[in-house]
Amino acid sequence: MIQCKTSKEISGMGHSMKRKEDDRFIHGKGNYTDDVKLPGTLYMDIVRSPYAYAKIKNIDSSEALKIPGVLAVVTGKDLEQYNLHWMPTLMSDTQMVLPVDTVMYQAQEVAAVIATEKYIARDAREAVKVEYEVMKPVVDPFKSLDADAPILRTDKPDKKDNHIWHWEVGQKEETEKIFQEAEVTVKEQMHIPRIHVASIETCGCVASYDKVDNHLTMYMTTQAPHAIRTVFALVAGHVGLTEEKIRVISPDIGGGFGGKVPVYPGYVIAIAASFLIGKPVKWIEDRSENLQADSFARDYHITAELAGTKDGKILATRMKVLADHGYTDASANPSKFPTGMFSIGTGSYDYPNAFMEADAVYTNKPPGGVAYRCSFRVTEAVHAIERITDRFALEIGKDPAALRFQNFIKKEQFPYHSPTGWEYDSGDYEAGLKLAMKGVDYDNLRIEQAEKRKKGELMGIGLSTFTEIVGAGPSKDFDILGIKMFDSAEIRVHPTGKAIARFGTKSQGQGHETTYAQIIAEELGIPAKDIQIEEGDTDTAPYGLGTYASRSTPTAGAAAVMAARKLRDKAKKIAAYLLEVSEDDLEWEPGKFSVKGAPEKSKTIQEIIFASYTNHPQGMEAGFEATHYYDPPNLTFPSGAYICVVDIDSDTFEIKVRRFVAIDDAGHIINPMIAQGQVHGGLTQGIAPAMYEELIYDDDGNILNGTLMDYLVPTAVESPSWETGHTVTPSPHHPIGAKGIGESPTVGAPPAIANAIVDALKPYGITHLDIPITPYKIFKALKEKGVLDKNIVES
Amino acid sequence: MKKEITLKINGEEFTKEVEPRTLLVHFIREDIGMTGTHIGCDTSSCGACTILIDGKSAKSCTVLAVQAAGKEITTVEGIATTEGAHPIQEGFKENHGLHCGFCTPGMMLRAIELLEKNPDPTEEEIRWGISGNLCRCTGYNNIVKSIKYAGAKLRGDELPSTEPVFVE
Repeated sequence: MIQCKTSKEISGMGHSMKRKEDDRFIHGKGNYTDDVKLPGTLYMDIVRSPYAYAKIKNIDSSEALKIPGVLAVVTGKDLEQYNLHWMPTLMSDTQMVLPVDTVMYQAQEVAAVIATEKYIARDAREAVKVEYEVMKPVVDPFKSLDADAPILRTDKPDKKDNHIWHWEVGQKEETEKIFQEAEVTVKEQMHIPRIHVASIETCGCVASYDKVDNHLTMYMTTQAPHAIRTVFALVAGHVGLTEEKIRVISPDIGGGFGGKVPVYPGYVIAIAASFLIGKPVKWIEDRSENLQADSFARDYHITAELAGTKDGKILATRMKVLADHGYTDASANPSKFPTGMFSIGTGSYDYPNAFMEADAVYTNKPPGGVAYRCSFRVTEAVHAIERITDRFALEIGKDPAALRFQNFIKKEQFPYHSPTGWEYDSGDYEAGLKLAMKGVDYDNLRIEQAEKRKKGELMGIGLSTFTEIVGAGPSKDFDILGIKMFDSAEIRVHPTGKAIARFGTKSQGQGHETTYAQIIAEELGIPAKDIQIEEGDTDTAPYGLGTYASRSTPTAGAAAVMAARKLRDKAKKIAAYLLEVSEDDLEWEPGKFSVKGAPEKSKTIQEIIFASYTNHPQGMEAGFEATHYYDPPNLTFPSGAYICVVDIDSDTFEIKVRRFVAIDDAGHIINPMIAQGQVHGGLTQGIAPAMYEELIYDDDGNILNGTLMDYLVPTAVESPSWETGHTVTPSPHHPIGAKGIGESPTVGAPPAIANAIVDALKPYGITHLDIPITPYKIFKALKEKGVLDKNIVES
Repeated sequence: MKKEITLKINGEEFTKEVEPRTLLVHFIREDIGMTGTHIGCDTSSCGACTILIDGKSAKSCTVLAVQAAGKEITTVEGIATTEGAHPIQEGFKENHGLHCGFCTPGMMLRAIELLEKNPDPTEEEIRWGISGNLCRCTGYNNIVKSIKYAGAKLRGDELPSTEPVFVE
């Protein structure tokens, strides 16, 4: 049970307060980027490449320019004059804004048309004639390092192959030795598919450059407005757009999930067009453009191995990754972490040794990958460790739950030092799994399964007991383009006791306007309803690195606590002055200071705030405002125990998720209703790659499912009715013991589902299936095993 | 060649000249300036643009503005009454049926028609009923709960609890 220290009136931590932001959304008064309308706005549309790899022979804009209302067609050659045709990626690679001579993936931007109306821009887009010389693309990452593979990045004079980087961590020799001597070793090759965030709002912007003031206001779909402002200044400072001349406004965002962290070429072209023409330029991409060209996520090919004893003790894991980054490394990771937090791959288990390595390669596909509702490649790591753990259980004939209990890091081992260098802050993995097993009635399910197997029915039970690593991050290790990954909060309390607080993060549906207010309410006793939260305007908010990787509560949430505590210290001084006692004689309860032993002598926080403007002690600074920039001492390590039950039709192999119980431990919960909502949503984004979603390319680099007609985002029918709960193991280093929850379900759900499906197929000798697991994949696997007695014609 | 059309949106009559190819969703958003109706795809898959045309839900990206001439359109801006929020709006707020809010207008408009045809739907009927509308944030649990709540309110039944339920 979650305990609340404050009354419902104050609604601090632990109250399921209804969301403050909802009124505008349910009345259609949200203000998303496409809703921004400025006088004289021009519309931009983008000509895209039909080929994955081609030379541009000629771009003929003459017919497009004849259409009334068309102002300009912008090409790479135009941008080259201003040295704006290339831009840096967050991983210190380079990405084309518009190509001068070569396109590197299908749907890449080739030219942009600017017109007075949206429909005219679309007409003009169709009228631009581009002549290509098509080349044979590199699509398969395993072939990109072949000696005869064409070298893709000819723009880099020293580049002699398509290899981007090598990374490794852990104990190579010790691990090697353990594998040579171990009683049992298991190994599986797995692919974590290339997928897309597919937020329902696509990306876009309104770039509004004022020639007189030399000032750019950029309304855009961004999860990290301040960092983006700095990137723009770095890219365009040489043409006069320095950082004080740029204001980035991120209005309401229709879902982000990591896809709205990168700078896409469209944003930069819109700025360039507005800069040259002097009018606002709006660019809103179509869904198909969004799926086909914006950053993908995942796409890791992993060889996962585990060594252990016959009775189930795990001794070492080894993982080898081939990462397909497309034509440039446009990952959105902290600078020093090319594989993000992949090294969390020893998971919740007490591994003495581990070794992990990765190689990244270029291919003719869109660049990426983003941290899709995931703290930088944790999803890939968790899938590998949870799948190979089950594979080991299968090999030695042990129940996967029993195997996990045997190998969990024990509660008393925290802070725990992992063999890949992390210090886990806290956890109680046994408690989580016990609750999940009780919730799903695990023992009886196994009995039911045994009976069904006798009848040839396919029922599976899958577990995932994962550890997340979020809240980047401590400035000693974590930065993006050199900027340390702290975050910020500024609280201003008005004389009448109502407040506004501003943050360097940016909600995309997480409910910050409610949860941040609750954090401040908890600390200051001002009712959460009286605290207005504002994010997303770089002219008003303190500098911060934005919202992704479950970092808002661990960083900006902590900043809010620290700023509020500064104010409470000030309030105490004022209360002592007003009550004419020493500070030591005062005690605090949410919302008021009273004199110890004389509770009738007290001052409410509102009286104290009023006094800070009207009757503050001489020598004290007037007003009631505080700012804090919070640099977390460590990351936080949320965990979860998920159990999935599937039934598979033995004729059609249709997979039905019968039950899914998710127990999360994210430390102290700010708002149980919102936290649960985050888990529900993340779970549906977990079933998506487990059973439905994958971006598929043919040998020529054509995307085969680049629209929502064939890229299968789950509807309410595919999504099961989720059952959720929590255990509470506070983070010892976070000021309110919170850890962050938004991404755990997306990370933890896919292996639970995959494990359940593989478990259902256990009697037929199937040890692994790559996600997304479809009825057809099951049919094919059973056919290969020769266990299909029916003569089904393969389509 | 522009064509003059007259139609009612949320009870108010508008007469405007439009290009025959103009999609109704663009007409509502750009020509009328009501931006509560959203666009989430280009293949009529997501349902973010769902509105009511003469009381029947429709994806307004599949309809030309000229086809809507003479019709009565209802958008999210038109469902609240002078007494306050529509039961479906109340349902979504009370049950945390929305996160980013982008799919919400379309989802609510679709639910209004669903509840008119089937005032007390089962969970499965609700899930199939909204299967033309995608939500990427909520996982649908609380959307189902929101629609059940609105159904109870519209029927005048006792309102179900809005407290989150946990495995304990």
